[in-house]
Amino acid sequence: MPARRDIESVCVIGSGPIVIGQACEFDYAGCQALKVLREDGYRTIVVNSNPATIMTDPGFADRTYIEPLDLESVASVLERERPDALLPTLGGQTALNLAVGLAEGGVLDDLGVELIGAPVEVIRRAEDREEFRDAVRSCGLEVPASRIVTDADDLEGVLLPAVVRPAFTLGGHGGGFADTLEELRQQVERGLSESPIRQVLVEESVRGWDEFELEVIRDRADNVVVVCSIENLDPMGVHTGDSVTVAPQMTLSDEAYQELRDAAAAVIRAVGVETGGSNIQFARERATGALRVIEMNPRVSRSSALASKATGYPIAKVAAKLAVGYTLDEIPNDLTKTTPASFEPTLDYVVVKFPRFAFEKFPGADRALGTQMKSVGESMGIGRTFTEAFLKAYGSRELDPGAATPWASLEEDELPEGLHPWFRAEIAYAKEELGSGDLLRAKRAGWGDDTIGAALGLSGAEVRGRRHAEGVRPAFRRVDSCAGEVAAASNYFYSTWGEESEAVSDVGKPRVVILGSGPNRIGQGIEFDYCCVHAAQTFRSLGYEAVMVNCNPETVSTDYDTSDRLYFEPLSVEEVLAVCDEEKPVGVVTQFGGQTPLRLARAIEEAGYRLLGTPHDAIDLAEDRERFGSLARELGIRCPPWATVGTLDEALSAADEIGYPVLVRPSYVLGGRAMRVCYDDEQLEAAMEAVHGSVLLDRFVENAIELDVDALCDGEEVYIGAVMQHVEEAGVHSGDSTCVLPAPSLTLAAALEVEHVVKRLGPELGVVGILNVQLAIADGTVYVLEANPRASRTVPFASKAIGVNLVDAACRLAAGQTLSELSLPTPRPTQVSVKAAVLPFSRFPGADPVLGPEMHSTGEVMASAADLPTALAKAERAAGRPLPTSGVAFLSVRDEDKLAVVPVAAALAGLGFELLATVGTARTLAAAGLEVVVVAKVADADPDETTVVDLVRRGRCDLIVNTPQGGGARADGYLIREAALVARVPCVTTISGAAAAVHAIASARAESALSLQERIGVEA
Amino acid sequence: MTSGYLLLEDGTVYRGRSVGAGGAAFGEAVFTTGMTGYQETMTDPSYAEQLVCFTAPMVGNYGVADERDESERPHGRAALMRRLGGSEWAEWLASRGIVGLEEIDTRALVLRLRNSGAMRAVAVADEEALPIDDALEQVRTQAPMEGHALVAGVSVREPYVFAEGVGPRVAVVDYGTKRSIPRRLARTGVDVSVFPHTADADSLAGFDGVVLSNGPGDPEPLEAEVETVKALLGRTPVLGICLGHQLLGLATGHRTFKLPFGHRGANHPVLERATGRVLVTSQNHGFAVEPSDATEATHVSLYDGTVEGLDFPDLRARSVQFHPEAGPGPHDAWPIIDTWVGELARA
Repeated sequence: MPARRDIESVCVIGSGPIVIGQACEFDYAGCQALKVLREDGYRTIVVNSNPATIMTDPGFADRTYIEPLDLESVASVLERERPDALLPTLGGQTALNLAVGLAEGGVLDDLGVELIGAPVEVIRRAEDREEFRDAVRSCGLEVPASRIVTDADDLEGVLLPAVVRPAFTLGGHGGGFADTLEELRQQVERGLSESPIRQVLVEESVRGWDEFELEVIRDRADNVVVVCSIENLDPMGVHTGDSVTVAPQMTLSDEAYQELRDAAAAVIRAVGVETGGSNIQFARERATGALRVIEMNPRVSRSSALASKATGYPIAKVAAKLAVGYTLDEIPNDLTKTTPASFEPTLDYVVVKFPRFAFEKFPGADRALGTQMKSVGESMGIGRTFTEAFLKAYGSRELDPGAATPWASLEEDELPEGLHPWFRAEIAYAKEELGSGDLLRAKRAGWGDDTIGAALGLSGAEVRGRRHAEGVRPAFRRVDSCAGEVAAASNYFYSTWGEESEAVSDVGKPRVVILGSGPNRIGQGIEFDYCCVHAAQTFRSLGYEAVMVNCNPETVSTDYDTSDRLYFEPLSVEEVLAVCDEEKPVGVVTQFGGQTPLRLARAIEEAGYRLLGTPHDAIDLAEDRERFGSLARELGIRCPPWATVGTLDEALSAADEIGYPVLVRPSYVLGGRAMRVCYDDEQLEAAMEAVHGSVLLDRFVENAIELDVDALCDGEEVYIGAVMQHVEEAGVHSGDSTCVLPAPSLTLAAALEVEHVVKRLGPELGVVGILNVQLAIADGTVYVLEANPRASRTVPFASKAIGVNLVDAACRLAAGQTLSELSLPTPRPTQVSVKAAVLPFSRFPGADPVLGPEMHSTGEVMASAADLPTALAKAERAAGRPLPTSGVAFLSVRDEDKLAVVPVAAALAGLGFELLATVGTARTLAAAGLEVVVVAKVADADPDETTVVDLVRRGRCDLIVNTPQGGGARADGYLIREAALVARVPCVTTISGAAAAVHAIASARAESALSLQERIGVEA
Repeated sequence: MTSGYLLLEDGTVYRGRSVGAGGAAFGEAVFTTGMTGYQETMTDPSYAEQLVCFTAPMVGNYGVADERDESERPHGRAALMRRLGGSEWAEWLASRGIVGLEEIDTRALVLRLRNSGAMRAVAVADEEALPIDDALEQVRTQAPMEGHALVAGVSVREPYVFAEGVGPRVAVVDYGTKRSIPRRLARTGVDVSVFPHTADADSLAGFDGVVLSNGPGDPEPLEAEVETVKALLGRTPVLGICLGHQLLGLATGHRTFKLPFGHRGANHPVLERATGRVLVTSQNHGFAVEPSDATEATHVSLYDGTVEGLDFPDLRARSVQFHPEAGPGPHDAWPIIDTWVGELARA
């Protein structure tokens, strides 16, 4: 069946900001879909609030709306664009929920928009517990039995062991497992008391069962193909996103696997997904073979992205084509070109995915893994054997030294309980091979040079030298989806050992190797992948062959379509040099992948390869405090006074010299890890205890405006791309602060001074490419906080706000062009753009949800409007924290903020808000003549007195302003903030943030959506 | 472990570690892309006189079980693996006299066979026992698979009743049948008898239906078997599977040919022309019926266009090149057997 021509235009909804559980995989899916839909002649419209996505680039769709992903915005886009169809299966749960909302609200019918990919009744059947159970049972299969319980005495018919899940608690808090009736009663009682609506779900427990997932695709001729099987190493009970997983499944016999395959096909048919991919999860009891269907996602998912990367079968691309009417036999396999998409992939290698956790960012948070996902990213390894793939993924996590994480080591007692003995035996085998002393055997088992070196008392480089002398070098193998059965000119490679290499044909073009950013983590996310993808595009357009190296399966950069060749490899010295030895590039590009490639820069240069653009020395000059300090002095550029210290005594005496407050941070860290602002010796002592090694002390510039500048430099000239101002005062990590472009409170004099500073820094550092400078302005003085000769997190946002692709320009400079040759337009944005951070605190009960010098956000949204308050209000909506326009505002601020809170409170009162405050804050407000109701702090309250936490829980507060007092995590402020998080009440933790919020509430105007193409004046 | 090797007739050597039986195994080197079902594969008589390379990266992971045997004894002569996934499998190979080599660069071997075609080869467990030069000489004296009739060596000698049922009576002609075929038939409730390849048309015609089974080797030299099929056609319903399909093709004037390296795996898409449906099928064949636009060609391989199914309604005969009985492989095509039995029951 050919494509439908009754549809001319298709709207695709993205998944919004990166949050835990929804990451780059949906940018990858959206990009693939948009690409094939456009190739097929459809007009495409995309809506997504995340500026760091490739899918929202102006050239990717005919119309791009960077707008909040709420019903109101999406409806207004649909009204404006009137697409024939809406495709909601590529934007995760966010898009699916929106589609259901738009359909149920009658918007789609009113506008004549057809939902393609998954009709509403299918979505409901997959997501509604009862309907899904019925569908599964209709295939003769079972879901775990479950019941809603509101009374601990009513437990009849509950199957044991059971899991108890209280309704509406943070992170499933108050839930647990029960093996006996007595335990069950206790668990239910506890769960009922924790649940604000006194309700728990009691479910048959399949904890400890083996967990499998199948990625299934169906077309409208009812053809079903299983793209990939995935086995979880962490058994049931741990969210699959937090599990180590392997593809293809390793431990099932043919008869057992075929039973799963049959079940998956039956379920996709019963639920009724007519076109597209679904992920179906199964629990299987190892001893008995008993099977339960756990869940089904009638859309592309994180697992489908993994399956696509694991097999080379582009699920999202195929799903988009199926949605517009093609059948599987009509879609050619991308890698072979000659076989159809109905050819099930078969693998002659193994793929392992490891989750990347960030618990070190959330002190106090519960680190136990459960049914709620907590990992922030993932790494994938491909190898010819299980251990090779496993060890690649294991080593690609880029853990901070000493960070607490599951799978911290491969010691027997650290392996998860319930791990299948087969995996245990394989891991033991790998350890044996490491101990064999034979280099080839150790390499074949999957060990890196560094680990082998550690076992032999050598450095990684020494092992490498010895290997090379013995002729032990990696071979590169193709991913071709067919185990070599069909000739495939695939451009997708991985390394292995002791085999023949598959030759890469030389097309006579110079090659560049672009290093990606590895697993997502807090401080290094999709923004860097965005930059790497653009780098590949630009170098290709400049006549180079772009070669990508990365190990993050979620990303667009690891789509083999993005580059001329993709090496799915760990980003460590060994693998990167091996790729270089194979490719012999004219240059290696390290400035776009965040810290990950920068760490490799020196070794790459030492191995004789050239860094394209900014050399390693510039990185060293910017990051080495001594060198940077003397450069700044030379240039007459001010930096806050600083010192490098190693011990507490040194710290105390340095602080004495510098003067409090001081900012404490370990050298060379990402995302402000373990950064603290200290106001006195006592705080400094505490901060020094938490860190080890060399520590930087900076004078913390108080009451400053903080700026982020993204600029380009060709070695001589500098182009200022964007000057962005942070809404929150300095002291909040730049990645967490709301950021505005153009900078609203920059005086002309200060603006000129900033420009002057950046223009001198660029050439002096030796930057050829992109540069980010962070500055603070206090009392009219401009301070440089740091200079980063690499792409920053703000680059995608800045590029979209100013309409100039900074990465593209930076690559051209790195390739040797000059700024005058590029003649970039001076950015004159006609609109105000705001970038707001999205924070994952609700996943980490126990950690204080407050902004500070350590970064916590996982993602960001962008909103643009004619004025700041409107843009700000829209950004807050997009971040999922819509500001209230009336109601009750609760204020509780620390003493330092008491004065500053008065105008905020007065403005709120003026807008008609009723004011509530704790005693101290109330006193200040009353003294200023404001009407305020005092509400008790938790700590001071009488047993039956209503506290602020009670009010928040009961939904009686609409806005909370609460600046942290310091103190323990269980202090009053923490309880308020946690209650706000659960009740989803906007909670502002800085005074400047509060002032901005009030400004937005007061002055935001209704504005209709405007496409990016119209806003920056380009046509797609 | 001793160091062994696989040697192809073109002189290419792939070294490995011996994990199975000792000695040297001569045969045709072929590869299968199925990711599960190693034991079923090695015991499938269609692999007679073949050295089986598994493209699956790890083989032997889930051990062995007697009920997975597709026949009474193994037929593949060697298992060539990138990595052995468990000791039970190694013991199974050794105890059954099958040469097993791991750490073979299976992908290099597959690419070689894909580009040059299936080849005569030898798998040697111990290089010291048989040096490569001597082995090469011996490989080149082996009979090639083309023109090689192997059915007589794997078929049963005497007919037997596989399962007594209440439904129609079905005869399976055993050219090297996998147990899954009579087993699947029996699951539908029919009465199943198994006959040797020499069974004559008259005794078969007395059944309500006849299944021509799978089997090894080249169909073309099987002149007597083809004559029997010709004599049978029209007298009782016939269902051919794999080699049985090729025999039906030859009996109805189609031609067969040797595929360069065969179809062996569990993922091959087959288009059912009448419905436009695609079946994901289990396949294992080195020979095929030549591509044909004839209306009786009901199924076509979406991989290389070869005929995957034939149907002669007037003769009440049909066949499929793939394995609807699965074992190993997907169950998508089970209905082909079920439907055929259903028709017998109604007839």
